[in-house]
Amino acid sequence: MIIGLDVGGTHTDIVLVGENGLERKIKVPTDTSALFQTVLTGIEKITENIPSEKIKHAVLSTTLTTNAIVRNKLSPAGMIVSGGPGIDPEEFRTDGHYSNVSGSIDHSGREIEPIDKKQIEEIARRLKSQGIRHVGVVGKFSARNPDHELEIEKIIAPYFDKIFLGHRVSGHLNFPRRIATTFLNASVYPIHKEFFEAVKSTLKQKGISIPIYILKADGGTMAFDASIDFPGQSVLSGPSASVMGSVAFAPADKETLVMDIGGTTTDMAVLINQVPLLSPLGIEIGKYKTLIRALNSYSIGIGGDSVVRLEGNSLKIGPDRIGPAMAYGGPLPTPTDALFVLNKTDDVSGDKNKSIDGLTPIAEKLGITVEEAAFEVFDLACQDILTAAREMIERINRKPVYTIKEVLTGYQLNPRHIMVLGGPASYFAEHMAQISEFTVQPVPQWSVANAIGTALSRTTCEVTLFADTQKGIAMAPGESFSKPVKSDFTKKDALELGYELLRQKALQTGADIDDLDLDVLEDLEFNMVRGFRLTGKNIRIKLQVKPGLIHQYKMITDKIAAM
Amino acid sequence: MLSAKHKTGLVFFPAFDWAISPTHPEREERLLYTQDQVFEEGLLDIDGIIEYKANLVEIKDVQRVHFCAPDEKSVMTESHFISAGGAKTIADAVMKKKIEKGFALVRPPGHHAMRVVHGGRGFCNVNNEAIMIEYIRSAYNVDRVAIIDTDCHHGDGTQDIYWHDPDTLFISLHQDGRTLYPGSGFPEEMGGPMAAGTTLNVPLPPYTSEEGFLYVIKELVLPILDDFKPDIIINSAGQDNHFTDPLTNMHFSAQGYADLTRLLKPDIAVLEGGYSIEGALPYVNLGIILAMAGINYSNVREPGYDLSKLRQSDQITQVIERTCDHVMGNWNARELIRNRMKSDKKFDKRRRSIMYDTDGFNEHQNETIRICTECGGVLKIDSTSDIGQHILAVHVPRKACRACREQGFEWYDSASETYDMIILQNRDDDTYQVRKKT
Repeated sequence: MIIGLDVGGTHTDIVLVGENGLERKIKVPTDTSALFQTVLTGIEKITENIPSEKIKHAVLSTTLTTNAIVRNKLSPAGMIVSGGPGIDPEEFRTDGHYSNVSGSIDHSGREIEPIDKKQIEEIARRLKSQGIRHVGVVGKFSARNPDHELEIEKIIAPYFDKIFLGHRVSGHLNFPRRIATTFLNASVYPIHKEFFEAVKSTLKQKGISIPIYILKADGGTMAFDASIDFPGQSVLSGPSASVMGSVAFAPADKETLVMDIGGTTTDMAVLINQVPLLSPLGIEIGKYKTLIRALNSYSIGIGGDSVVRLEGNSLKIGPDRIGPAMAYGGPLPTPTDALFVLNKTDDVSGDKNKSIDGLTPIAEKLGITVEEAAFEVFDLACQDILTAAREMIERINRKPVYTIKEVLTGYQLNPRHIMVLGGPASYFAEHMAQISEFTVQPVPQWSVANAIGTALSRTTCEVTLFADTQKGIAMAPGESFSKPVKSDFTKKDALELGYELLRQKALQTGADIDDLDLDVLEDLEFNMVRGFRLTGKNIRIKLQVKPGLIHQYKMITDKIAAM
Repeated sequence: MLSAKHKTGLVFFPAFDWAISPTHPEREERLLYTQDQVFEEGLLDIDGIIEYKANLVEIKDVQRVHFCAPDEKSVMTESHFISAGGAKTIADAVMKKKIEKGFALVRPPGHHAMRVVHGGRGFCNVNNEAIMIEYIRSAYNVDRVAIIDTDCHHGDGTQDIYWHDPDTLFISLHQDGRTLYPGSGFPEEMGGPMAAGTTLNVPLPPYTSEEGFLYVIKELVLPILDDFKPDIIINSAGQDNHFTDPLTNMHFSAQGYADLTRLLKPDIAVLEGGYSIEGALPYVNLGIILAMAGINYSNVREPGYDLSKLRQSDQITQVIERTCDHVMGNWNARELIRNRMKSDKKFDKRRRSIMYDTDGFNEHQNETIRICTECGGVLKIDSTSDIGQHILAVHVPRKACRACREQGFEWYDSASETYDMIILQNRDDDTYQVRKKT
């Protein structure tokens, strides 16, 4: 059996899945000031009377690091950045402990200017004296040649507890994002480490000795031990939990839009034949644009608790949330109130009369009955969400491409199917199907689909490899790998090598050998010509373990669907 | 957070699957390292820098500018449709005010493509800038256009297309034609009788450096632009004046290109040549994009940049000053020159031989333009290529007067059947008619 635990803003969902499908599900309130206690209570409750050896592992999706970033409660981290020529690296300053040092590498990985050891030692001493214990080191083009970052690491190693290197966080070229990502890794490291070590040891004390995995923003998991070096990977896993919870129930041969209609926002993502679409570079959170792999998700400020107001004679919903629905004692009418008025709710804890009171002034101004007004609100909420969904698809389709083949064969996303999760999911599903070109279906067990998705997601990772046969080298800096190659090294050889590195990485970060669904993200090969002569080949490969569900999922989800 | 002072759009189309031939300078690899630099600098994340996806141009867009023999599809590959389409996409975004400035980083280039196209010359088949300009002229309220060509090679294709157009100012800065392909672009080349002076050529001696280029911009180009008052300024942004370019002999730099862009303030830049793909293009393109967007570029520096080694000699400075004086004199005397060229002729004729170096053949032209005081003048070109096509191309200009329009129709209708093709390109009503040998 596997535990899936997803910490949400107000409550935490915990499920136990196994051969009988959804074995157990519980909800506990989230105490953001004592997240540790919430997680522990959740795991203890869900495993009550179940022997530890029956549980294979637990996957946790927490808001720990996300909250630290959003609430600006990051631990101070030093940053040593070597920018070289280009945009002034001062533009990418993360916090007070940020130093731009000499040294530069060009786009082909050539050293243009060496680093200055003295300068780096001085900075290290200063940072240490300021009490800095965790440091990020990032060089421009370090994803092409990590030597400077490695040299700097060697110099400063004696001064600090933990050092994060830019070339390890991603193989993508984007210096500002590499800086932000490395900084986030360094600055969430202490809370991440402390939290999960405490979870592990406390569970052990209580006799629950199980491997712990964390969910990542790309809808994949990672063994907790491996996450120590990449704590930033745990950021913003929440949206991916719901999406992964929908995967099993999505059509296998179609494009599907997944919509999680929450209180404050509606989050959307795209599945292509059950595989979630990834964002091109990485998550954006607060002021940080990163290279942390993530699902291509999009959030709009329309949810059950969004404020409904009249602007002139037209209704407007959101994007703000002031409080809960009036049915639950909130201050302003919301789409949830509209559902109460229309009797489209199973919830008996709310007060329909308060919803009627709330919507009556709007109805009067519009000169219609309160039921009609409620329907207008409900209809508009559905329309707005659908409009946002179409915009999201259009934006994805507008993404530039760089080859003739891609322009001419241009794959255009055109989903015709929507899956919805969230409190009013079934009512929204019905109406959205009526007013749009989409078929709409609520996700089974939607109220804990997030925790189910967390439990059933497989371990994912990515490898970037490039080869330059003119220089005679193949490198995957992110994997600390490089080897000499001859001039007859081909793209096929590079792919083989890349697959091997990817397999190793996946297994090291916690993948099951049966779950290695490998996929090519990029494979480019260029003739290098110097002085009108062919002098080599420039080969670039990006491979991933696709986000998806573990191989045993079907037997579990079939039973869940049948419940 | 970093943000652009001027909202700037980019179309980046490196055509990673297209080359003239595997080891040709115009090959798949050309913009690879530029892409690396653009990505690594995080340019596309900057607030106010927007990347657009290139659309394809339509045949109709090409027919506003060119006479393609035997037809468009025979002389254009898919990459040409996308490259010109990239320029058009950017122009649309500028005209719709979605962006203030735009840069089409596309290949293949286009500025050696002339009005009549039988094939490829100077790595170009169709003229990206002209296709873009004639598109915005027909779709938006744009009349007067200035094109400043800063490629190291003379923009002879663009010059040819606008030779007779008094509403298009074409100024080309390039390495002296006596020392470089295509061997033209001398100050005496000033345009036809109705448009003399709106074509201006500034040949620069080999080893001209930042100082020389910026002198021409400040002392010649900017004052003439002030005088001409264009609705829009286009920069044919070739990057082969760079000191590392393998095909040329100049001493320009990334800083220089960025300074030039800052001074020139083009609304739209379109990439032309530039074949130092590792040592120059990544840095020059970065400099141009930052300068267009109004972002500090002072730290953009290519490897090997040493101002003291790149400085031009005093002799070069003197040659450039003299050339500028000469060109400025021509500009100021343009009315006089036009009148002298018109004299009391009814038609003006020229015979030319055009070399298609990329495809390896020659074309022979007999061009006739009606001397007109009302409009740019109707034009016909009798063109024969070594590879077989013999065509008659009739061009009725925008804003054509009645007499010129009728002359155009008469030429088209009365042309003998010996031509493989007779074409009427009527810019006045935006139509293109073809009559083929039966």
